[in-house]
Amino acid sequence: MSSAPGSVESLGHATRGLAWEEPLLFERGRPGRKGVDLDPLDVPEVDPKQLLGEAAVREEIPELPELSEVDVIRHFTRLSTWNYAVDLGLYPLGSCTMKYNPRLNEKVARLPGFAEIHPLQPPEQSQGILELMVRLEEALAEISGLDRVSLQPAAGAQGELAGIMMIRAYHEQRGDPRKKVLIPDSAHGTNPASAALNDFECVPIPSGADGVLHPESVAEVMGPDVAGLMLTNPNTLGLFEEHIVRICEIVHEQGGLVYGDGANLNALMGRSRPGDMGIDVMHFNLHKTFSTPHGGGGPGAGPVGVKNILAPYLPIPVARRDGDRFALDYEFPHSIGRLHGSFGNVGMLVRAWAYVRSLGRDGLRQCSDMAVLNANYLLARLRERWHVPYDRPVMHECVLSDKLLEDCKVTTLDVAKRLIDYGYHPPTIYFPLVVHGALMIEPTESESLEGLDRFAEALLSIEREAREDPDVVRSAPHRTPRSRLDETRAARKPILRWQPS
Amino acid sequence: MRFIPHTEDEVQAMLEAIGASSVDDLFRCIPEKLHLERELDLPLGAGEQTVLSELSALAKRNTDASGHDWFLGAGTYPHFSPAVIDTVASRSEFLTAYTPYQPEMSQGTLQTIFEWQTMTAGLTGMEVSNASMYDGASATAEAALMALRITRRNKVVVAAGLHPHYRDVLATYLSGLGCELVEGERAGDGRSAPVDGLIDGDTACVIVQQPNFFGCLEDVVGWAETAHAAGALLVASVAEALSLALLTPPGEQGADVVCGEAQSFGLPMGFGGPHLGFLAARQSHVRQMPGRLAGETVDGEGRRGFVLTLSTREQHIRRERATSNICTNQGLCLLMATVYLALHGRHGLRALAEANLAKAEYAKARVRETPGLSLPFSAPTFNEFVVGLPGPAAEALGRALDAGAVGGLDLSAYAPDLGDALLVCTTERASRQAIDRLVAALAGGAR
Repeated sequence: MSSAPGSVESLGHATRGLAWEEPLLFERGRPGRKGVDLDPLDVPEVDPKQLLGEAAVREEIPELPELSEVDVIRHFTRLSTWNYAVDLGLYPLGSCTMKYNPRLNEKVARLPGFAEIHPLQPPEQSQGILELMVRLEEALAEISGLDRVSLQPAAGAQGELAGIMMIRAYHEQRGDPRKKVLIPDSAHGTNPASAALNDFECVPIPSGADGVLHPESVAEVMGPDVAGLMLTNPNTLGLFEEHIVRICEIVHEQGGLVYGDGANLNALMGRSRPGDMGIDVMHFNLHKTFSTPHGGGGPGAGPVGVKNILAPYLPIPVARRDGDRFALDYEFPHSIGRLHGSFGNVGMLVRAWAYVRSLGRDGLRQCSDMAVLNANYLLARLRERWHVPYDRPVMHECVLSDKLLEDCKVTTLDVAKRLIDYGYHPPTIYFPLVVHGALMIEPTESESLEGLDRFAEALLSIEREAREDPDVVRSAPHRTPRSRLDETRAARKPILRWQPS
Repeated sequence: MRFIPHTEDEVQAMLEAIGASSVDDLFRCIPEKLHLERELDLPLGAGEQTVLSELSALAKRNTDASGHDWFLGAGTYPHFSPAVIDTVASRSEFLTAYTPYQPEMSQGTLQTIFEWQTMTAGLTGMEVSNASMYDGASATAEAALMALRITRRNKVVVAAGLHPHYRDVLATYLSGLGCELVEGERAGDGRSAPVDGLIDGDTACVIVQQPNFFGCLEDVVGWAETAHAAGALLVASVAEALSLALLTPPGEQGADVVCGEAQSFGLPMGFGGPHLGFLAARQSHVRQMPGRLAGETVDGEGRRGFVLTLSTREQHIRRERATSNICTNQGLCLLMATVYLALHGRHGLRALAEANLAKAEYAKARVRETPGLSLPFSAPTFNEFVVGLPGPAAEALGRALDAGAVGGLDLSAYAPDLGDALLVCTTERASRQAIDRLVAALAGGAR
């Protein structure tokens, strides 16, 4: 690329590098090539068609390639270089908590005693993993101020589903089935989607002009037909819901329960506990707060914690102590049932426990402290030149908008694409929905001061470019192996697979 | 703390820039009575050496497959995983990326998803596959929800051979929507008995597992005919994905949705997770599918590239009207399985499946000729089968463990009517000698 559009070189920013055009797996390889050498068969060969019948046995699968081991490792190594990642730099996706993923956690998860064990082995063969699970349950309960935790949900969205199912089961068990769930307008899309999977009607609640939820707005819609309220604290604007105690009281007074979305727990560890605020049930995102790697989109883990009133409804089984032994407990009379074929994403639980042990009570609090410091520092660096829709002290993330760029006809999407040229993953964009053209920035505690300064300079530089040379922003990214991809075309005529010719 | 870069001087400089007097000051937005006025009741943090030694000690208290012959499957299978898989999955660019929201800097992940979708469609005999579900159990539940949406009916019928944990998860998912779940019975040969009497005009789908929980091969064609005759869909659930390399795929036998668990493709057993749910369907139902989909498109210069697409089905756009609440999920597991399939390829995967079949046939032959042991079911099997025992399964498993083997699943809690019986799985990792030792131990002649 020539230096004219988008000359952004400075130490720490992206620069030119080699990238390879890589075909699909199916466009590589040659007939007869193979990438594994299977051991010779030590039992008599069988003829599948004779054994199972002609009709039961399939023909060749043209969608499987023929490649050597070298072909395969080059293919995926080359593809990997087309990805951005936390290990390359700041990844400030708001509400995703893209913090550093310690490598020790990867190492311990691969120990045969964790990786090569089976969920249906009897508990006496699984004492080590069950102890780890119990210790993690106890730690999460302590961090959140809740009484019991189930580690079973495989992701935040499944933890949320578990939580809202428990709320439904609780009301039904009391002979008081309820129809509605209250959800603030700043909530994640999973909240209403999880409520809908329980046939609840979702009632939106507007946030106040100051960006937080007000008791009056909750009181107005709270009634005896409302099962509960779903709330994220800090909310998706990065603001602490300062009226949360009163709001929980209002919900509780009418027999409702409060669900806490734990997406933003990284702001609170050791400082304040959801259980103490009045939250009855919440999920944890171990891939956010507890550093298990995001893996290009999972696997995550979404344990769910509850106050004692909801404990009888927990998904089964739950790991528990039994004297100095550890067991799986199925004795939950009103359990909502099973959510996972086994016990959840246990490999992620191992990593999360290694993280909790590495940080301890001192380190966990330091994480939240530095995450909050980093977000406020970025806000301080950016607020002069960028529109801050709710300009007040934030917690672990802050939200900007493209309002001041309207005159230059530069949008949030353009800014996001231009950030790529500087070597950053863009923030979460166009969310929360309550802010037009939102840029939601969560730096996490992993980022150093000089890293934050570089990122702030990139955003300030883009703001200047938007005024002086808006085309370079509008046509970004310029440095990636692909320019902006046509998403409309992809959706209009979906091509979801390669076709053998 | 090694993961946190801030020095004391930097903290002070940053506080000054913010206009705060202390870190405590930053938490003033939290009402005073909500401040935790004590330290968390957890140990202090520790260095790598201590944490590694603590976790290694816990790991050693589990009985693992590195030191034992392994015949326990039942939904989680002990297959061999080539070294390349972990090497690729450890690449920072895959491991520490997130959902490919910004396609220009996520082509590695997106192209991998597209390749997975292609291979999964080929394996299942379907037209389209999504980018993974949590596990086989929830994939099966989501397939049922999909059928409820497509047919606008309210009842789900499951064949007896569905994995009991899959059935339990399905029941949990359906309970939220007030839908009816009915279950058929097992036939004498180990297959699921027909469910014609249970199907009616309100039946959205029939779910059958292939091979079923007891390892027996079901007549998927017959099940599809039964379902379709009532206007219902057939959902085929596959817990042992390697079987798809050998058996006629459910998609060619009339299934409308094929879902299941792909842990067999290079993922560790890992005490049951993270594993890899999959879900494949007909093109005509694509807008009712749950989960992410990667699609092909072009960039501004007309070059091929990939994006997440059809997202108007999803929770972040459609909220309470979404097809599911699921977001991205088993991304890295999908990568591992894609690498596994690429390495084995067209011929390697078939050869591996045939080896699994041959090991099971050898083991069955040894069981058949061993006094005291029996094969209660006559239906054909793939790599897993039921063994009748001369006494309690727990005792037989104890003898097997003494002989160095985790010998299978005690069926007393799952199918008490079978008496003393084990579900035994033989993958490529089971050597002939190990099978011989297991058979002897189960019969009681070990030591």
